[in-house]
Amino acid sequence: MAKNIKITINGVTVEIEPGTTILEAARQTGVIIPTLCYHKDLCVAGNCRVCVTEIVGQKRLTAACATPCEEGMEVLTNSLKVRNSRKHIIELLLSEHNADCTRCYKNGNCELQLLASEYKIMTQDFIRLVPFKKYSIDMFSPSIIKDDSKCIRCQRCVRTCAELQGVNALTVAHKGDQMKITTFFEKTMNDVVCTNCGQCINHCPTGALVEKNYIEEVWDAIADKTRHVVVQTAPAVRVGLGEELGFEPGSRVTGKMVAALKRLGFDAVMDTDFTADLTIMEEGTELLTRLKKVLVDRDEEVKLPMATSCSPGWIKYIEHMYPDYLDHLSTCKSPQQMFGALAKTYYAKARNLDPEKIVSVSIMPCTAKKFEANRPEMHDSGYRDVDYVLTTRELAIMIKQAGIDFMKLEDMHYDRLMGESTGAGVIFGATGGVMEAALRTAYELVTGRDVPFENLNIAPVRGMDGVKEASVKIENPLKEWAFLDGVELKCAVAHGLVNAKKVMDSIRSGETSYHFIEFMACPGGCLGGGGQPIPTSPEIRRKRAEAIYAEDEGMPLRKSHLNPEVIKIYKDFLDKPLGEKSHQLLHTKYTARERF
Amino acid sequence: MTTNYQLKRADFIFKNENDWEEVLSKNINRSPQELINELISSELKGRGGAGFPTGLKWKLSAEAVDETKYVICNADEGEPGTFKDREILSRVPFKVLTAMAVCGHVIGAKEGYIYLRGEYFFLQPELNKAIGEFEYYCKEINLDFKIRIFMGSGAYICGEETALFESMEGKRGEPRNKPPYPSSCGYMGKPTVINNVETLAHTFTIFKYGAKRFYDLGVQYSRGSKLFSVSGDTPKPGIYELELGMSLADFVDEFGDGDTKAVQVGGASGFLVPRKRFSETAIGFQGKLTGISLPTGGSMMLFNSSRSMFNVLDNYLEFFREESCGQCTPCRVGCQQLLKGIKAVKRGEKNAQYLDKLLRLAETMQYTAKCGLGQSVANSFSSIVENFREEMIY
Repeated sequence: MAKNIKITINGVTVEIEPGTTILEAARQTGVIIPTLCYHKDLCVAGNCRVCVTEIVGQKRLTAACATPCEEGMEVLTNSLKVRNSRKHIIELLLSEHNADCTRCYKNGNCELQLLASEYKIMTQDFIRLVPFKKYSIDMFSPSIIKDDSKCIRCQRCVRTCAELQGVNALTVAHKGDQMKITTFFEKTMNDVVCTNCGQCINHCPTGALVEKNYIEEVWDAIADKTRHVVVQTAPAVRVGLGEELGFEPGSRVTGKMVAALKRLGFDAVMDTDFTADLTIMEEGTELLTRLKKVLVDRDEEVKLPMATSCSPGWIKYIEHMYPDYLDHLSTCKSPQQMFGALAKTYYAKARNLDPEKIVSVSIMPCTAKKFEANRPEMHDSGYRDVDYVLTTRELAIMIKQAGIDFMKLEDMHYDRLMGESTGAGVIFGATGGVMEAALRTAYELVTGRDVPFENLNIAPVRGMDGVKEASVKIENPLKEWAFLDGVELKCAVAHGLVNAKKVMDSIRSGETSYHFIEFMACPGGCLGGGGQPIPTSPEIRRKRAEAIYAEDEGMPLRKSHLNPEVIKIYKDFLDKPLGEKSHQLLHTKYTARERF
Repeated sequence: MTTNYQLKRADFIFKNENDWEEVLSKNINRSPQELINELISSELKGRGGAGFPTGLKWKLSAEAVDETKYVICNADEGEPGTFKDREILSRVPFKVLTAMAVCGHVIGAKEGYIYLRGEYFFLQPELNKAIGEFEYYCKEINLDFKIRIFMGSGAYICGEETALFESMEGKRGEPRNKPPYPSSCGYMGKPTVINNVETLAHTFTIFKYGAKRFYDLGVQYSRGSKLFSVSGDTPKPGIYELELGMSLADFVDEFGDGDTKAVQVGGASGFLVPRKRFSETAIGFQGKLTGISLPTGGSMMLFNSSRSMFNVLDNYLEFFREESCGQCTPCRVGCQQLLKGIKAVKRGEKNAQYLDKLLRLAETMQYTAKCGLGQSVANSFSSIVENFREEMIY
C-alpha cells in the first residue's frame, strides 16, 4: 500500500500507511509510548489510558493505541500535559494496586512496576484504595493463582480468554469501583470452564495472574537424599528458557539447560522428547488401527477423525465444550504422563530403584500440565505418575536462585534410558509438529517409504495459520496395509482454542471430513504455552518455531520409530504399541464435564 | 444585556395537534437532501447535552454506504435531575416515532429502536400500543419502517451512545473507542443515527413548520427551544419549554425561591453556577459572544442557602463512583479518589491544599477519560470546589 499520510510526531514529519494508529506510527519512528492494556496478540481496548498523547489543537488527549493517524496530525508524546496526565494515571493505578512489590511473584517482570520506575513515582499522593476493597486470592486451581488485589483491570486476560481461546472463563463483572475481572458467578478458577492453559498469565502485565509454583517443593525433594529425583524437559522449553536468562528469543539452549538441571541436583535429567517419540508409536498405531476398523471392519463404534491428546488445555476444553466427542480423542496420554508412568516402572526397574522413592518432576512450557499431573486417573504406576510440574519460568527462577551463570555453561547430554530423542519428538513443541511427526512414521510404516515431502519437512502443517490442512495420498502400501491403497489421508492442525472451536464446529456440522487432527490449546503450539517466558508476541513465537525446526534439522534421527531407546523399550518392557503394558501405562480415559 | 437573554416560554413539544400522519406522509415524499438541508438550516443541536448538530449527524449517516442502517432513539434518560424524555414519550410519542421514520427515510434505514431506560418499564405498554398504531399507518402508506423497544437495565453509562450499542448487542455496556463514530459504525457495526428523544421531537416541529420557525427562537449558536427539567429548591418544579439563550439570572427570577444559592446546570455531569455568576451565565451552547454559556441536557437543579455544597458534591461523586463503567483508569479510580479525597479533607485527614491536587486530577480525568462520563466529572467537581471551597473544608 502506498505510504500516503504525513503526520508529525514530536515535530518530526513521518510518512505512514493509512490506517496506522498513532502508537504504531510512533514505534515505527523510534518513539516509545508506554502501554498497559495494549497487546500485539489482542484487539485494541484503549482502557488503561497510559498511552495518551496530545494532538495539537485538541483539548483532550487521545489514546495512541486506539486512534488512527490522520493527514497533517501533529502529535506530541511528551508534552507537559501528556507527562502530567500519564503520571496521574500511573499514580491512580498504583493507588488501587496492592503494590507490595518485594513480596510479589512478578517482582522484576511487571509492566506496572516498570512504568512506576520510569516515571519515578516516589510518593503516595493519593489515598491508598487497597485497604477499602475486599480483594480475594483464588488459589483453588492447581495451575493458576488469581490475585485481584494486583489487577489493574486492563482486561488483557479477558480478551485473551475470549479472542485467542474462545473459552471466556474470565469476564468483567460489576461496574464503577466494584468492577472486577472474575468468572461465571464468581466461582473459583478450578470450578469453571477454565482450561488452565495459562494464556491469561502470559498476557497479564502484573502479578494478578500467575502460575501456582512448586519451586520450594522441588528444592525440598532435591535436598532429600533419600529421594531419587528425575526430571523431564518438554520440547518447547529448550527454545524458550534462554529468554529468561539473557538470550534472544529463538535461542536453542538444550545442552545448557541439561547442564543447569544437573547442577541443580536432579539425579537424572531425561527428555520428554523420548516419550514424544513413544507417543508417535502409540498414536500412529492407534490411528492406523482406527482406519482399519472403520474402512475394513466397518466398525461403527470407532470414531474418526481421531484427535490428538497431547495438550492438556485442549483435553479440558473438549471435556467441557464437546463432551459428546470424547471418543474421538486418542487414548494416548500426553508425553509428560507417559514419562511419569514409565519413570516409576520401567526406569525404576532398570535402575533398581524403589518407585516410592522416586520424585518425578517435569519442566513444561505449560500450566495445564500442572492440572493434568493432578488428575486422579494419572496414578497408573501405582504412585502419582508426575509429582511436580514446573513451568519454563519456574525453572529459570531455580537456575537464578542456584547462582548458575547460564551463559557460561558447557553443553551436556541427557541421561540414558529415557533421554534419547529424534527430530520428530522435538517438533512436538510447535503447532503442526505432532502431525508432522506422526505422518513421518505412519507413512513409512504403511508404505515402507519416506513421506513424499522434501527432506521430511511437511510444510503445509507448519506456520502460524490458525487452522492448517494437509492431505497425504497413500500409494503402493505394504501388503498388510493394502486396504489403505489410494486413500487420501486428510489431516488438520488447529492451535489456539478459538481455532479448535472452528474445527470442532465444522466436524459437528459435517462440513469437513478429516481422518486425523492435531489440536494444541496455545497459539503457536507448546512454544507459545502459558508457562513460557513473558512477554509473548507473534514475532517471538515465530522465532521460537524457527528454533524448533532448526533443532529438528540438526538431529541425526528425525523419525520417531528410529529412536533407539524407543526400540529398546518395546523390546525390553512394552512389547508392542497398543500392547497390554502400553494400555496399562500409556493410555487413559476422559471425563465429560459440565459447562457451568 | 441584550434582549436575547430574556426568558421566553415556547410551546412546541407538547402541543399535540394529532397531525403526525400528515407530517409523516408529507415528509417521506420529500428528498433526503431537502430534509437534511432543512435540518441544517434550523441549526438544531442535539438535546441530550452534547449538542452535536443534528442535520450533520443525519447527513453523515445518509452518506455512509451500507444496505443496513439503523435509527436509534436514546431514551435512556439517566442524568440526575432530568425527566423530560419520559414526558415526551408518554404525552407525544407519535412525534418521536414520526421523526424516527423520517430519519429512516433520510438515511436509508428500515429499522428503528427506542432504547428505553430500565426504570421506565411502565411506559412500555402504551408505547408499544403507539408503535402498533404507527406501523399500521406505515403499512397503509407503503413505508417500510419497523420500530422496536429495547429495554435498558439501569446502568447510567448505557446512555453514552457507544455503550448503548454494546448493550443492545448483548454485551457489557462499555463505551467504545472513537473513531469510528456511529454515523459509519454504530449498532451492529452499521451506520446509525442515534438521537435523544427530545431532539427527535424537535425535528418533528421543524418538519412540520419549517426550519425558520425553529431558527427564529433562541439566540445565535443556540437556536430553538428546549425542555428544562426544573427541580430542587423551587416553588414550581416541573418541565418547561423555554427558548435557549436566557440568562441564568432570569431563570432564577422565575423559578427560584428567593434564596437561591447556586444552580446545577446539566445534572451531575454539568456545572454548578454560584449566585454571583447568575447574570453572566447564559443557557445555551458554546460560542456566544458574551459571558459564559452552558450547554445542558435540560436538568436545572436549584439549591438554596440551607444546602451544603459538600453534601451535593459528595452525592454526585457517589453517583459517579458507582456508575462509572469501570473500564478506564481515570474514571474508575479517579472517581474513587475524588470522593475519598473530599471526605478526607472534610475530616481533616488531608489538608486544604489536597483540594488543589484533586482539581488537577479532575483536569486529568477531563483530558484522558475514554468517554463523556469520566470527562465530565470535572465539570461539577471543579465548579463546586472552586466556588465553595470553604464548604469543602469546614
